[in-house]
Amino acid sequence: MARYIIQRLGYMLMTLFLIASFSFFLMKLLPGSPLKMEEKLSDAQLEILYEKYGLNDPVPIQYLRYIGNLLQGDLGVSFQLSNQPVTDILLSRIPVSAHLGLQALIVGTIIGMLLGIVAAIRNNSWMDYSANIISVVGISIPSFIFAGLLQYYVGVKLGLLPIAFWGTFPQTIMPTIALAIFPLAISARFMRTELIEVMGSDYIVTARAKGVTKAAILFKHGLRNALIPLVTVLGPMAVSLMTGTLVIEQIFSIPGIGEQFVTSVMTDDFSIIMGTTLFFAFFFILVILIIDILYGIIDPRIRLAGGKE
Amino acid sequence: MENILEVNDLHISFDTYGGEVKAVRGVSFNLKKGETLAIVGESGSGKSVTTRAIARLIPNPPGRIKEGEILFEGKDLTKLKEKQMQQIRGKEISTIFQDPMTSLNPTMKIGTQIMEGLIKHQKMSRSEAKSRTVELLDLVGLPNAKERVDQYPHQFSGGQRQRVVIAIALACNPKILIADEPTTALDVTIQAQILELMKDIQKKTESSIIFITHDLGVVANVADRVAVMYAGKIVEIGTVDEIFYNPKHPYTWGLIGSMPTLDNTEESLVAIPGSPPDMLNPPKGDAFAPRNEYALEIDFEMDPPMFQVSDTHYAATWLLHENAPKIEPPASVKRRMKGMASGMIANSDQGGEQS
Repeated sequence: MARYIIQRLGYMLMTLFLIASFSFFLMKLLPGSPLKMEEKLSDAQLEILYEKYGLNDPVPIQYLRYIGNLLQGDLGVSFQLSNQPVTDILLSRIPVSAHLGLQALIVGTIIGMLLGIVAAIRNNSWMDYSANIISVVGISIPSFIFAGLLQYYVGVKLGLLPIAFWGTFPQTIMPTIALAIFPLAISARFMRTELIEVMGSDYIVTARAKGVTKAAILFKHGLRNALIPLVTVLGPMAVSLMTGTLVIEQIFSIPGIGEQFVTSVMTDDFSIIMGTTLFFAFFFILVILIIDILYGIIDPRIRLAGGKE
Repeated sequence: MENILEVNDLHISFDTYGGEVKAVRGVSFNLKKGETLAIVGESGSGKSVTTRAIARLIPNPPGRIKEGEILFEGKDLTKLKEKQMQQIRGKEISTIFQDPMTSLNPTMKIGTQIMEGLIKHQKMSRSEAKSRTVELLDLVGLPNAKERVDQYPHQFSGGQRQRVVIAIALACNPKILIADEPTTALDVTIQAQILELMKDIQKKTESSIIFITHDLGVVANVADRVAVMYAGKIVEIGTVDEIFYNPKHPYTWGLIGSMPTLDNTEESLVAIPGSPPDMLNPPKGDAFAPRNEYALEIDFEMDPPMFQVSDTHYAATWLLHENAPKIEPPASVKRRMKGMASGMIANSDQGGEQS
């Protein structure tokens, strides 16, 4: 198992290197420059700045310098935000997004799974139909609509919760709900479908034939077998939630990584774009690794190759 | 010998979108202590449904026991609540299922799957249950039981898994063991071993077995008595000898006639013409009549009652009525009956040596 994880980490570094290189050249292909926006600067001043940031060097030299810095953990400095190091910016933004994302993910999947379980064991009852309606609504209506509705009704009309900004717990509630709807809907659907299938399988009849109680059948035999497909979709969803959601962070004025990303793209601040892209990639690969390990824990049939028990 | 189980006029229906499927239509039989009753019949004849009803394992909805009673030691199981039934399932009445590849939980260690019943019914501690589990695995002939309790089903072969399934069923020394085609999914050599194992275990534990199969060879090998089912009814019931040497129902003739035997090369197999009736609308009269070349006019009008042939032998066919013409089973079936019965005995001996 340890050997497997080390091997996977090695692949991970290679993937990151490829992504860094690829996105570097893509950025270079983009028209415009982060300094062009400053219309007050004269050509001579621009020239000085280009020279300072090394933007006049041939692209391969810039590339090698970038990779060299990257290996030392230096992601460069922002062009827009008064030379702040990209690492500092990311470190101040990521925890906010991760906090919001994790909160939404936990709330969403737990409620979603419960909903799915209820729908599965009360198959074709009104509870099943209501859960189904909730899932369809949650999947098909985008989160910013919920965000807007929540802000208007709960925030403005009822005045129950603050409608924007970040810092206190009440401020986290509405964005969490708006974000949680999608994972909730997805988990409810997957849980229901999979659990119905599992509860109809032969080994559940075997368990019943043993005289095991209904609750024990559901929790000891049913759930674990129904989890695999859910884990598969939850991984990428966790990444997209925790790496900042562009829209929700904008709507609620939350200083997360998503909001920063959007601003940086608008202003061509490519060191931040690159840094954020790399972070997203890193996080994504890490989550996939975690999911692969989780598979093995849930289902012994897919214990990882080379793993000894 | 006393009856441990009595099934009286059992009716089971499934409510589907198409209407009510009458899967079992008035089945009655009894099971004595320590005996093996085989239930044979083609797919859809209601044999599995009948036995699942005994363990009350039919999902409701859509299935329901419409009428009839299932008396286990005098107690009517159809009247019990789910909670009370959980005390009987696995403890008094156990089931061995057909497909060992799907009837074990793939994400649970097999030891845990066997221990579950012991902990629930025998109130054993985990360590007691574990040592009993090792004993059980030894009993069903699984080598290295100590290490294997901590393995998962995918680490076992089909035959080994069926041994595990049998160990689960035997865990609490049940009084009735229902074996629902326990060897159908296995290859022939393993089949013989599993049959030997079950006979062995029955000798040791003195439990009664209901053995469902569509393989008459298996019947001759394991059973004391045979019930032949067709379209949700028992059409003939008797001892193995009576069913094999003196079958009375044309359907039983057909079953025997369609059995391949080794020493019978010049004759082609006789298939029963037609297909089983639609149980949404069971036909009037004898359900087998449309496929029965010996059908009498009354067969299309009235369902035949059970006619008594001997103390233990009954058959539901109008041919046994005193006014019916005397009809003998076709010559080919007669030859086959004899040939098969002797061939069968040879077969079972071989099976014994192999295991």
